Amino acid sequence: MKQWIDIAALSDVPRLGARVVAHGEDEIAVFRAADDAVFALHNRCPHRNGPLSEGIVHGHRVTCPLHNWVIELDRGEAVAPDSGSTACYPVRVENGRILLELETAAEAAHG
Amino acid sequence: MTGRQKLVLVGNGMAGVRTLEELLKLAPDMYDITVFGDEPYGNYNRIMLSPVLAGEKTVDDIILNDDAWYADNGITLHKGKRVTRIDRVRRCAITDDGTEAPYDRLILATGSKPFIIPVPGHDKQGVIAFRDIHDVDTMLASSRTGRRAVVIGGGLLGLEAANGLMKQGMEVTVVHLLGTLMERQLDQVAADLLMRSLQERGMQFRLQAQTTEVLGDDRVTGVRFQDGSELPADLVVMAVGIRPNIELAQQSGLYCERGILVNDTLQTFDPSIYAVGECVQHRGSVYGLVAPLFEQAKVCANHLAEYGIAKYGGSMTSTKLKVTGIDLFSAGDFNGDEHSEEMVLQDAARGVYKKLVIRDNRIKGAVMYGDTLDGAWYFQLMRDEADITDLREHLLFGQAHIGDAGHGDEASRIAALPDNAEICGCNGVCKGEIVQAITSKKLFTLEDVRAHTKASNSCGSCTGLVESLLANTLGGDYSQTPSKKSLCPCTEHTHDEVREAIRTRELKTLPAVFEAMEWSTPDGCHVCRPALNYYLLMNWPGEYEDDGRARFINERVHANIQKDGTYSVVPRIWGGVTTPAELRAIAEVAEKYQVPTVKITGGQRIDLLGVKKGDLPAMWGDLSRAGFVSGHAYGKALRTVKTCVGSEWCRFGTQDSTGLGIQLEKLTWGTWTPHKFKIGVSGCPRNCAEATIKDLGVVCVDSGYELHVGGNGGVKVRATDFLCKVGSEAEVLEYAAAFVQYYRETARYLERTAPWIERVGLSLVKQKVVEDEVGRKALAKRFAESQAYAQHDPWLERAEGADAGEYRPLNRISA
Repeated sequence: MKQWIDIAALSDVPRLGARVVAHGEDEIAVFRAADDAVFALHNRCPHRNGPLSEGIVHGHRVTCPLHNWVIELDRGEAVAPDSGSTACYPVRVENGRILLELETAAEAAHG
Repeated sequence: MTGRQKLVLVGNGMAGVRTLEELLKLAPDMYDITVFGDEPYGNYNRIMLSPVLAGEKTVDDIILNDDAWYADNGITLHKGKRVTRIDRVRRCAITDDGTEAPYDRLILATGSKPFIIPVPGHDKQGVIAFRDIHDVDTMLASSRTGRRAVVIGGGLLGLEAANGLMKQGMEVTVVHLLGTLMERQLDQVAADLLMRSLQERGMQFRLQAQTTEVLGDDRVTGVRFQDGSELPADLVVMAVGIRPNIELAQQSGLYCERGILVNDTLQTFDPSIYAVGECVQHRGSVYGLVAPLFEQAKVCANHLAEYGIAKYGGSMTSTKLKVTGIDLFSAGDFNGDEHSEEMVLQDAARGVYKKLVIRDNRIKGAVMYGDTLDGAWYFQLMRDEADITDLREHLLFGQAHIGDAGHGDEASRIAALPDNAEICGCNGVCKGEIVQAITSKKLFTLEDVRAHTKASNSCGSCTGLVESLLANTLGGDYSQTPSKKSLCPCTEHTHDEVREAIRTRELKTLPAVFEAMEWSTPDGCHVCRPALNYYLLMNWPGEYEDDGRARFINERVHANIQKDGTYSVVPRIWGGVTTPAELRAIAEVAEKYQVPTVKITGGQRIDLLGVKKGDLPAMWGDLSRAGFVSGHAYGKALRTVKTCVGSEWCRFGTQDSTGLGIQLEKLTWGTWTPHKFKIGVSGCPRNCAEATIKDLGVVCVDSGYELHVGGNGGVKVRATDFLCKVGSEAEVLEYAAAFVQYYRETARYLERTAPWIERVGLSLVKQKVVEDEVGRKALAKRFAESQAYAQHDPWLERAEGADAGEYRPLNRISA
């Protein structure tokens, strides 16, 4: 089942930067914009699977490090004229902590 | 009520609608927009009327904005309605049928009107101009019933009309008042070549002929000339010129001369009324080509969006004739005067003629016939007012002869290439795809094509090919990349302006630059941030704190990202000289971290590929303990110094090239440069270290050291230019430091030394680095000062714990 999980302090992610959360075999990229808005995306560019967490963050967008696709952080969609999208995860900040809503194995076992 | 301001556009043509497109990009929700156009169509590409007349395209092909576009953008379109009055007191546009549209701001884009010679009979049936779709329809209808056409006017438009009518099967005679065709674009030689090839196609000419009367009853039957001779005709096309359409503006009390007067922000004398396009007179000039209109549209939109930072400074235009199979290019002052000189290449057998008019070592004009491949290049040099002293020897032969051995002749064959020919080797884009995108998505500029197809978006070596395709597909008059190119879409300022401001206004942080230079975004983008970070670091060494968030991933984590997200690690191997102990250490590291590929690089080093990001700091720690530092193989920085064995071993070696290479590498490692920087040192003129395709090459000779600069072995192979010869190793080091520093201080970010030298000129580099001894020493000193802050091994720092969060996940959660 889905659950809000405390993954880190907001200060663990640099402004205009990203960090990665390992989720099983996958990676989730957690971004922090200059205005402290936080976003979470599947860490793969819709183009050729580039690690979005390594891109340059500007506004509420990130530029993929492999071929410069620009992805909207809030929706995971590529900025036109490119098209494609990557999965988004619900994320919020409470008392300086970043919470991510995830399907977890632990909970599945309990449920 | 939307609460939005009201914007009215009068004139539904290319200039006006382009302004709306630019405005919608900047401020999509700012205005309620109403458009009036007196033609019953959406916006179409007027420059493509000639191919429609020639039967090469249909009207549908040339529609740029169909009804759906207006609807999608919430624009109210009144087709077939003519605005007859502007009530500037009530701020209201009024049409012939009484429709009223109030405005807060209004754009006049009324274009121009064809000039009809007022000879007797000019109003007979079958006498028309060549201006709009209606005229083309009339010509096409006439070509089905009539046989003979007379086109009055031997300019660009007249010849295109004549060609189209001939393609439709008519017998066509072009009548021209003067003795030279296209006298405003061509000199006598080019005009004669053009006339001959048009004659070969069957076009007939009456030059130096003044039309005095159009003959016939209701319908035209012929024309009479001043000498009394007559020519029979079923159709007469008047193509003797256009006049700005200023009627509405005049009636509304706006100040007009030849056109509607506007200032650099495209405002008329009424500040709430803007004007763009052919109806405009700006700094005394009136334009009838599309590229200036687009430049105006951009500036006008910028002000309508209340950004208020763009300025229109006038345009320089070039012309190409849209007659399939005839290559003709003209720009600027092609006739010259007593103060200018000419360079001429004429090859009658190939039908090639090129003339450049040069004044004070700058191109002032160009006429080309038969081979127009380099037209865009000459035009760029002309607009940049580039000093051509150093290019003089090869200038006339074209860009392909300026050291570029890589992709030289492909562009000339572009028209003949099949659709499946690959144009962009990086992104695998074929000719057909590009042409398809240009026509179906109505693209006009290189940037548009890059955005939509990715062609020329990576290494850029096919840029010329893509530009040729644009020119071919659009028939020539496409919008060329403006020479004043902004650093990125976040700003109107150029690289040079920004760098200069950072220095003179003492801007020392990214936010300071954003604020002082009026950036349109709060924190820049992936293009400008790395550039600014470099300029700040270069200008304020020791003061500016490097911002990892403004660095591309490779430079941020000090390793090269690979396609699968792993990294490559290249330790520095000074001058390419290593030891068994070092090799053993590398072997152990490779095994310990299970490096899948170990590769010898072209720069005499060892590349460990496929390293996981999390392993990097520990691996660097092991390499540090074995004495290695970062090789900066990932950076816009000093890369390698390639050497040969030189006099120590080689029987031909004249100097210790290996030792000198190591000294040069010790001097320059760690420096950040505008783009990557490579050095080579060869021990004799046999040049085994390939020093003459490096950014800086030293070729040892018996009597000293030759210094060569600006070479490149990459996308475009470019051999170095000879800088000078010096007598001692100490001098080599001083000149090298000065050269690197001069490049660091004056090149634009991401500009290699090769294009930089072609832009600034070898003479200037020689003057600064060779001739001016005081200046050279000052450059070398500044380089040494910046190196004091740069020569810290980033690998050791990270092995010791710097940026630790970068290399490990925040958290691990089981799925």
